[in-house]
Amino acid sequence: MNGRIVYIASNTFREAVRDRVLYNLIAFALLMSGAAILVGQISIGIEHLVVVNLGLTAVSLFGVVIAIFIGIGLVSKEIDKRTLYTVLSRPVRRWEFIVGKFFGLAGTLVVNTFFMALGVFAALLYVSHHFHLSDGWVLVALYFIILQFLIITALALLFSSFSSPLLSAVFAFALFVIGTFSEDLRGFAGMTHGLTRWLATGAAYLVPNFSALNVISSVAHEQPVPGQLILSNTAYALVYASMALCGAVLIFERRNLK
Amino acid sequence: MTAIDILGLEKTYSVGFWRKKPKTALHPLHLRVEEGEIFGFLGPNGAGKTTTLKMLMGLVYPTAGSARILDMEINDPRMKAQIGFLPEQPYFYDYLTAVELLDYYGQLSGVAPKERSRKVREVLERVGLADVIRVQLRKFSKGMLQRVGIAQAILHDPRIVFFDEPMSGLDPMGRREVRDLMEQLKHEGKTVFFSTHILSDAEALCDRVAIIHLGELRSVGAVVDLTSSIEGNVELVWHGNKIPAAMNALGADCHVTGDTVRAVLLEGNQEAALEALRREQLRIISLIPVRTSLEEYFVRKLQPSKAVAGVTR
Repeated sequence: MNGRIVYIASNTFREAVRDRVLYNLIAFALLMSGAAILVGQISIGIEHLVVVNLGLTAVSLFGVVIAIFIGIGLVSKEIDKRTLYTVLSRPVRRWEFIVGKFFGLAGTLVVNTFFMALGVFAALLYVSHHFHLSDGWVLVALYFIILQFLIITALALLFSSFSSPLLSAVFAFALFVIGTFSEDLRGFAGMTHGLTRWLATGAAYLVPNFSALNVISSVAHEQPVPGQLILSNTAYALVYASMALCGAVLIFERRNLK
Repeated sequence: MTAIDILGLEKTYSVGFWRKKPKTALHPLHLRVEEGEIFGFLGPNGAGKTTTLKMLMGLVYPTAGSARILDMEINDPRMKAQIGFLPEQPYFYDYLTAVELLDYYGQLSGVAPKERSRKVREVLERVGLADVIRVQLRKFSKGMLQRVGIAQAILHDPRIVFFDEPMSGLDPMGRREVRDLMEQLKHEGKTVFFSTHILSDAEALCDRVAIIHLGELRSVGAVVDLTSSIEGNVELVWHGNKIPAAMNALGADCHVTGDTVRAVLLEGNQEAALEALRREQLRIISLIPVRTSLEEYFVRKLQPSKAVAGVTR
């Protein structure tokens, strides 16, 4: 990778760490420990299912909140505070800045997810006393959650490259919610006719398909995840995130930094 | 060699929400700065100085025209490796220490890892921040941030340094140090292009200045040439306490002190004034030209064109 992208990414990671973003790990660890103890006491026979469901959903939500709230400020904060001026007056191209920011936040989220995953597995060990072979699918679910983060980070960057932080947060969060129900949107499109069908189908393909990336429920029920789904989800997330990132670059390349 | 060549750079913004109207921030600007000069870009607030600098840095795109720095396009990364830029009222990543920030900028500017820590240390010493290198920037005062800004602009040993209001936020000692630093940079063969509205700094430092007002270039040249290009005043002193009646007609500002009279009048009226004194048989003690300051020149250039009628441009 281009050296300047690596430097910008490392600085973004350092900023997130020093902004005490990773403090959420402490909150998460407390949540998981509390949940494991509570679940152990109140659920008989479904402790594993509840801990996986609760743990992975919490990992996803914590990460989405971080991705949106850091992602929307990645560009706009640098413009508002004029820190960008001393970066772009160096031999740094605008696209390198955007891509560096993306990898910096993506790296932060991967590290964050790694530590939260440790919390989930610790809670699982507490309630089950040992790991099952099927617990390996939890890793796949975590991988899909990271793919979700890549898409959300790229979208947050895209919105942040042309609108205010508040609007960017609203857009990104709205897309996350709609994307989570994208299967329902496709179902709705199938039930309609004429222009509505066209519009609903278009919208269903435009919004990110987070339904396909959500395998938490099946993993909690110890069902395997097909290899083909892993491949198609990987390709989908990479293409979608790349397109959103390209959009962000195209807009940012033309922008006057007032 | 030409360091900066601005060829009709122009910027127009659209203002308004519903019915957008064009607002010209910079009329076509033609300017050339030679290598090794200290060049002052002067103008009041809102004159278009920062817009020009932002266009040269590739932060704002011009509506028309172009510019070349070191004979390269303004967005050429090879050129950007050879320039340094201090923005107006700089703000930096406040979670970093001065050393971390400069190390990051060194990385982006392509300074070799082996040289980086030495250069960072040297430049921090040069701007007087050697004793606060481990302190996070959030704890820095405005003046200290300005010094960090200057440090990051010269860290990578650029050939041209652009400073936007470099004295802003500095105390008198700090201003003096920055002036000294700019002179040192010139002695090192670097070109310094700085914008300011503090005219005494420009007068003390600049080889040449340009005056810009309402987005329009009003004049360019060496300070001495500019100030001598407008009709100045002379100070005439004679013995006695008598003021010839002709002096009032000539618009002389006369003051009697003891047994001498001091009059300040336009250079063009000096012969008539001397003649009046000779007629009254008054003994002339001295006749000295009063040097026009850059401030005086600047004020005249900023006046509407009717008011400056008769003033040589």
